[in-house]
Amino acid sequence: MSTHIAVRDLCLYYGRNCVLKDLSLEIQRNEIFTIIGPANSGKSSFLQTLNRLNELHAEFRKTGSVTLGAEDIDTIDVEQLRARVGIVFALPFPLPLSIFDNITYGPRMHGIRQKTQMTDLVERSLREAYLWDEVKDRLHHPAMNLSGGQQQRLCIARVLAGQPEVILFDEPTSGLDPISTARVEETMMVLRGRYTIVLVTNNVAQAARVGTRTAFFLMGEMVEVGDTKDVFTRPSDSRTDEYVTGKFG
Amino acid sequence: MNVRTQQRIAVGFLFFCTVLVVLPVLVILGIITYKGFSALSFEFIFGMPKSGMNAGGIFPALLGTIYLVTGAILFAVPLGVLSAIYLVEYSRDNAISRLIKLAIVNLAGVPSVVYGLFGLGVFVVFLGFGVSILSGSLTLGIMILPVIITASREALESVPQSFRIVSLSLGASRWQTIRHAVLPHALPGILTGTILGLGRAAGETAPILFTVAAFYLPRLPESVFDQTMALPYHLYVISTQVPGIREDFRFGTALVLLLLVLILNFAAIILRYRFRKKKRW
Repeated sequence: MSTHIAVRDLCLYYGRNCVLKDLSLEIQRNEIFTIIGPANSGKSSFLQTLNRLNELHAEFRKTGSVTLGAEDIDTIDVEQLRARVGIVFALPFPLPLSIFDNITYGPRMHGIRQKTQMTDLVERSLREAYLWDEVKDRLHHPAMNLSGGQQQRLCIARVLAGQPEVILFDEPTSGLDPISTARVEETMMVLRGRYTIVLVTNNVAQAARVGTRTAFFLMGEMVEVGDTKDVFTRPSDSRTDEYVTGKFG
Repeated sequence: MNVRTQQRIAVGFLFFCTVLVVLPVLVILGIITYKGFSALSFEFIFGMPKSGMNAGGIFPALLGTIYLVTGAILFAVPLGVLSAIYLVEYSRDNAISRLIKLAIVNLAGVPSVVYGLFGLGVFVVFLGFGVSILSGSLTLGIMILPVIITASREALESVPQSFRIVSLSLGASRWQTIRHAVLPHALPGILTGTILGLGRAAGETAPILFTVAAFYLPRLPESVFDQTMALPYHLYVISTQVPGIREDFRFGTALVLLLLVLILNFAAIILRYRFRKKKRW
């Protein structure tokens, strides 16, 4: 195991409001790192720092450093960084294009034009996201016509098409029914071992099911981090224990 | 009075007011068509004016208006759309951008005759374009600029924020995001603004009065530095400045102006419809 993402003394602010304090942690290559915690614990803000999506917010500021492999993320060209560190949002946001054009959107923006290359990419990404069999006959239909769960797996396929190293999941199943949730979780399990995955979730059970390591965030601080089974079975902090057993949250 | 009666009275009154709005439109259309239709002929539309505008046709004025509207649109749409893109997509909310927005709103409130004087001062005299199609088009263009900017801004702002975030998160640059994820969905709204501007540019008299319009010029313009007749000014001239013009010629001219604006609008609406059909969500 080698360190893929290293976070040192990271503090995040929106205006004067500090949403995350002095975070240091390391995420290993090809693990599923899960982050749990109640609302306003800073976990989504942390996630969106990893591909600098926070910077769209005019008031956002950060101190400390985040390195991806050996590079500081602030020194990487932001368009390249976002292709290398893909994100799947809480709600599936297909662009109002066909399934095919949704998946090729990122690669097209990075200059890929060849039809055969794109066709291969679409099939590979959809197979990886376990959506190929359901949509292979209607690749040129609008993506908006898919069901919610299918749309979310389409969004995963769309991220995969950019050939990322890291995939961020920002509460990817909070808007889905249980069956669609199970499908998305299966997809994550399949991707495990090939990509470094960081999953932020409100669903404690989900973190326990898919995670290799888990961090517990509370009010902008990381209370605890460790192997998922340790965090859930013998947490070292009483607040973690109370949260994972459902006493608050 | 019980609730039901109140309800009936309210609905009846609202309906009455709505009909009142439609009424003037119908009456205007009706009278102009009734009195002007008999003047319409091939010669009237495609002929040169003769014998002190009391015979012949209005072709120079019709073509002049088409040139002026085209010129105004060519100038105002790119400029308006691009500045709207800057305001919505790039500018931060600060004192300068608020000042710009305020200026645009105020530009929309300036009386059209003031645009005419402005055009005379800047394009005709200062820049030396003379009384010409170029000066007239630019003056009309500036007049419709706020309409186009405002409509384009609204169109851009109505594109869901999620499209931008998704596009950026997939590694697209800001400009690629605008070009591929925002602009295609704002086009119908931008076209609506263009339609509104177009109708205004075709119908205004004051801005072209000092900058381009010729009283009587029975030939076609040869370059953008030529003067030209224009329909709204021609209508004004034959209705008020020259006594004894046949009534059907006056109403016929008004009818042609109306039809021109309707045809231009209709073309733009069809274009907008085709763009809308392409957007599938």
